[in-house]
Formats: sequence, C-alpha cells, structure tokens
Amino acid sequence: MIFDEIKILKQHGNQFIPDVTKPQLPGPFKGRPEISAEEVNEMALASLCPTGAIGTSPVSIDMGKCVMCGECSFAYPNKIKFTTDYKIATNIRERLIVKEGDINPISIDENKIRAEIQSLFGRSLKLREISAAGSNADEQELNACGNVNFDMGRFGIEFLASPRHCDGIVITGPISENMAEAVQVCYDAVPDPKIIMLVGTDAISGGIFVGSGALNRSFLEKYIIDLYVPGNPPHPLTFVNGVLEMIRGKKKN
Amino acid sequence: METITNTLSYISIRNQESISLSKIPILTYGKFSTEVIQLMKEPQVHCVNYFAYPDGEILKFICCLADDKASDIKVFSHELPKREKMQLTSITREVYAFHIYEREITENFGVEFIYSPWPKPVRYAFNRADRSKVVNDYPFYKIQSEELHEVGVGPIHAGVIEPGHFRFLCNGETVLHLEIQLGWQHRGIEDLFLKKSALIQRTVLSESIAGDTAVGHAATFAGLIESLAGISIQDRLNIERTIGLELERIAMHIGDLSNMCIGLAYQLGASVFGALRTPTINYSQLWCGNRFGKGLIRIGGTHYPLNVSLVEALEKYLNNFERRFITMAEKMFSLSSVLMRLENIGTVTKTQMSLIGAVGMSARMTGIERDVRKSHPTGAYQKLPYAPVFDISTGDVWARAALRRKEIVASIDYIRELISMLKTNNETPAKPLFEDNIKLSSNLLSVSLIEGWRGEICHCAITNDQGKIQHYKIKDPSVHNWMALALSLRDLEISDFPINNKSYNLSYCGHDL
Repeated sequence: MIFDEIKILKQHGNQFIPDVTKPQLPGPFKGRPEISAEEVNEMALASLCPTGAIGTSPVSIDMGKCVMCGECSFAYPNKIKFTTDYKIATNIRERLIVKEGDINPISIDENKIRAEIQSLFGRSLKLREISAAGSNADEQELNACGNVNFDMGRFGIEFLASPRHCDGIVITGPISENMAEAVQVCYDAVPDPKIIMLVGTDAISGGIFVGSGALNRSFLEKYIIDLYVPGNPPHPLTFVNGVLEMIRGKKKN
Repeated sequence: METITNTLSYISIRNQESISLSKIPILTYGKFSTEVIQLMKEPQVHCVNYFAYPDGEILKFICCLADDKASDIKVFSHELPKREKMQLTSITREVYAFHIYEREITENFGVEFIYSPWPKPVRYAFNRADRSKVVNDYPFYKIQSEELHEVGVGPIHAGVIEPGHFRFLCNGETVLHLEIQLGWQHRGIEDLFLKKSALIQRTVLSESIAGDTAVGHAATFAGLIESLAGISIQDRLNIERTIGLELERIAMHIGDLSNMCIGLAYQLGASVFGALRTPTINYSQLWCGNRFGKGLIRIGGTHYPLNVSLVEALEKYLNNFERRFITMAEKMFSLSSVLMRLENIGTVTKTQMSLIGAVGMSARMTGIERDVRKSHPTGAYQKLPYAPVFDISTGDVWARAALRRKEIVASIDYIRELISMLKTNNETPAKPLFEDNIKLSSNLLSVSLIEGWRGEICHCAITNDQGKIQHYKIKDPSVHNWMALALSLRDLEISDFPINNKSYNLSYCGHDL
C-alpha cells in the first residue's frame, strides 16, 4: 500500500543538515581543547596521556596524537577543557598542536594549499578510501559523511571504488605492515594531480598503536599530506568542513 | 552428561572468575585431545579459547570450553618443552572448530599439527614463527580445469570498508568455493597489551580492537581486569554498561539493515534505517561525547553517570526510534521484491554452524541457542534475565536480517527494563579507578565473556609472580564466523556475495588483532 510509504516518509521527514558549518554538538563531545594558564604539576599531567600527546612547558596537546579519552581534563578540569569545536582539520601538521593559551580555531593555511586543488577539485572531488588497519570506526564515520544527514554528495565530494576515477586517497588506520604495499599500489593508480588525506588519530600519528612492530608507515614519509583530519574517530562534520575548506577556501563555504 | 560431571580432567570456573594457575590440570597431550573430543561432542559445549603462551623454556597451552547448560567454563591445559621442532597431532580432524586455534598456534610458535586438514596462515602476525611466509603469498586452493575460473577481490574493496581478500572459485556464475584470506589489518594488539602497561592505555586499546564494538570489547576487558584485581562494581555501573552494550547492538543492527537494503537496491529502507542509526549513535555522543561509546567504559566506575536528564533523553529516543523502526521494518519485511532477495539465499545449516563453532547471530540464525547473556550472564544480565531471540532458524540472508529486526526490538524492551532498575537505584556513581587503587593478583588466569552485537567476545589474561599481565588473549566473534560466510557462498551466484557479506558484517580487525 502506498499509504505505508507516505507514513514512512512523513516520519522520516527532512533529515539533511541544511548548513554543515553550523550544527552544535552536545557538551561531552571532545573537539578542540583549550589549555589555561593555571599552574599544575606538568609531568604528572603529561604522564596521564595514553598516547604521549601532552607536551610540557608550555603545556600542549597534539591533536594528531590525542585519542580524545579526556582523562587529562577529568584530572585537571581547570587546566584542560575540551570545547565542542569540531572544525579541527588542517593542512599543517604543527597546527594540530594546541598550546597553553591558544583559543583560536584550528584552521587551514590557504597559502599552503596547492594551487591545482582548488582550481580542479573545487566543485568535484572523488576519493579512494584506503583502510590500512583502520578499526572500522573511522570508516563508518566516512560512510556517514555521505548519508542522508551529512550528504556531502551535494558538494560533489564522493568516495569511489576505482582509484583510476579518483582525485586522491584518504587513509584511515595506523598502516599495518601487511597493508603497506596495497597503499602504495593504490596511490600509484590515482592519476596526477592527486591528494592525500589522513583521517583519524591512528592514521595521523599511529595513535595508541605507536610502538607496535606490526606497522609500516614509511609511505607517509615520501609525500606531502594535504589534509589532516583528527579524531577518534573524526566526526563527519570535521571531515566535511575540513575538505570543503580545502577545496573551496573559507569564503566560498 | 555423566562423563562430563564425573571427570576431574578440568577445573570449572564461572564467567569473569579468576583461578590460580596452579589449579589448572595439566594433562598429557593424548589425554588432553581425548578430553576435548569427548567434551565437544555435547551440543551445549563450545570452545571459547585455546591458546599457547611461552613460560620460560616451556610452551603452555590453555583450553577453555564453555558449557551453555552448566553455565561454566571448563579449563584444562597441556605443555610442551620449547624445541626447534615441535609437533602435536591435530584435533581439527575430529573437532573442526579447532582449526583456527591450531593454525594460530602454528603461526605464532611454529608448532606443527600433524594431520591438520587445513594448516594455513591466519593473519601473518609480525612476531610469527616463520617470517618467510608473507601476506601477499597466501596458499590459496587452486582449481585444475579449463572450464572453471577464479575471481580475486581485495585486499582493498570497492566500498569504504576494511581490507581482506576474497578468492572465489567459480563455475560460470556459480561459486564452488570462497576462500577468505585475512591478516591485512594486523596491528599487533595483543602484544601491545603487554607493552603498554598503563591502565588507560590498555583501556583505549580495548576500545580499538574493533571500532564498531568499542563498548563490547571494553566491557569484556573491564570485566577481566576487575576480576583479576578482585574489584566488585556497583549495580548501577553494571546497569549502565549493559545499556551501553544494548545501544551498541541497536546502532550496529540498524546500520546493517540499512546496508543490506543498499545491497538489495531498496532505497527507502536504506535511507530510513540509515537515518535511524544517526539518533542512536548521537545518543551515545550525548552520553559520553563519542558516537561509538569510546570513553564510556572505565575500570571500577564511570566518568559519565546516566543522570536524570540523560535517562529522560534515552526514553525519548527509544520511543521515537521504536515507532519509526517498526513502521519501516514492517514495510520492508512484507515486500515480495525484498523478500525474494533474502529468502533461501546463502543458506547454512545448524550442523554446519555447530561444526565451525559459530557464535552470536551467526549461530542463532540457524537455531543454535547460544547467547552469553543467557548461558553465562554477568552484571545486569544476571540480575535481570535477558530472553534471547531463539525462534529464527532458516540460516539464510532473511534469517540474518529478521534476527536483527527482532533483536533490536528485544534490546529496546530490555533497555526500558534496565531504566526502571536504574530509577530505583540510590548508589552514588563511582569514579573510575586507576593504577594507584588497583592491584592485580599474581599467577592467575581469568576468562571474560560478553555477548557483543556480533556475538561472544572472549578475553583471557594470565598474570605472573608480580601480578603483571604475562599473556593477553583476545577472541572476537568473527574469528569463527568468517567461515560461515565462506559456507554461505557455496553453490551461490557470485552476484549474491555482497548481500551475504553485508548480512554477516564480520570484523576484519577483530580477527586480525
């Protein structure tokens, strides 16, 4: 009966987020941290971190290493506070390190974006995702970017099957030794010019897997990384906003 | 049954109980294999773990068989002095489900199992005994016929999913056999559990074993550590953890139904189920800041107690979700165009699933009554019995879809009962414990089982003289269940592979560790 479908569609309503730059995430969400000037035992604070993301004098948090467990902010609530700012993707690795007193958003350095990215990919960006020992959390969030809520397809951003049809690769996971060759083969198959994005803490730094004998991250030493998207896993809004800013620039967003 | 209760060849423990290593019977290998073969003949017995670990000059082997009726775990062991050449007679010939354990022991320690019918690598672990075996050179079955052909897929798949390699042996469009080669995802996680000794490091690791089962694996880990340290946790915490586990089940089941609809080209179902996953994982985000429940499970306590307003939000979410879910599910399961793509496709039998040691949904969808929540309950499942969905048994894609549909409804009802329990609970939520307050007892073995959304998760740990973890062993439900997918594909059109794969949705990284 067609009436069933009408009922379903009525319940379904409009699911898409009209402006992906605007949604507010709830309080416990951990986005960009802010570190106050309060004096604490810095060594004790740093030793809490499971991935060594906390630096000392001045205190800093490397979002490329942070797994967002929040233990530092529970132990030192007046020193470290995670805001709900999810726009934390950048093209400059150093910008992921948030220092004491930093309250500015993490942003993309427009001068460092390769010229061909915005001219060629501004309205259509096709990506080949490579899960290289990704845990399936990052992968699910990337899939969610294309669902009825985040719907990045409307911006021309899409994941495709064949690297031959793509403009770049997106790597999730810390890159296992067993996937190292596949990553290289897949990257080589993408036509020039092409971009590389690292999505998730595991991909950016190895995350909790640093020190494992089962990884081989040598691929990353050979190329320029065009976008770092931190998170454990990154929120779809972090990915969509980061990519949009990279391919279109801030103003056109 | 008589033989089981009268023999003293094993020690019987409860789920999440720790026992002194000295109490575990050490049998001769001959006696050990007879015992395994005898016990495994009982339909209510299945193996939850069998692993080796080095202890000085000796390789020790521990076997844990779960008895679903007695609600216990029977533990026994055997030993082998470390030598250049180590050989044992394979049990796999008699008990097929042992193939994965024996293959793993061969890969990790170089023990050869004589007469093993399938001595193939498991995951090409970085610390494997034979480094000359590499992931790109897996010994696939070959066919010798000019009329047959092979189709190879992966490790990188078409979609945004984890890597694995599927090799189909085909006669035209029909699949004769599917061989699944995994290992691409291997991150050395069991080794990291020993290397990274801070409790928070291990907790974060447990959340990363399979990112889609963060709550399941973390809860299994927490149960294990709390057992080894002799910590008893609040009722309140047990209830909250269980709500977390059941929410994870709903989120993954609804996502799977959406993915299956994509596989069927049923757009309405794909969109609506996909949209229903969003409020589910967004509730998790509202609760603990993470859409996958990372951060929710901590040892001994929680950073995120379910307060009054969170409970209110949970009830609201459940009501809204239930209404929309039921309407959509009724529609989907009444459409003949949908049903013809589900029914009698990829059928496996109860006997097959029992032989391969299938767990969780893969077992239940053929009528095997196996569910840790009922057979080996811990925490809230003990106080508030859960009635698993045991009335689906057709073993086809439809069964796997219908089981998810019923389990979602069962989980919603169960969470509502948990909420009522929580409302009458007056305990002040406890904070998580860290190193200073935790001491693991020495020379213990502990086994922790939790029914994750895919099925039974098992973590085992052994502590040494100083109370440090000497060996950590993880078993994801997918370890056994991958074989179910391979069996489903036999004599099936190759074009039915995607819907079958989605209907299992097994974990690559949970297998590869």
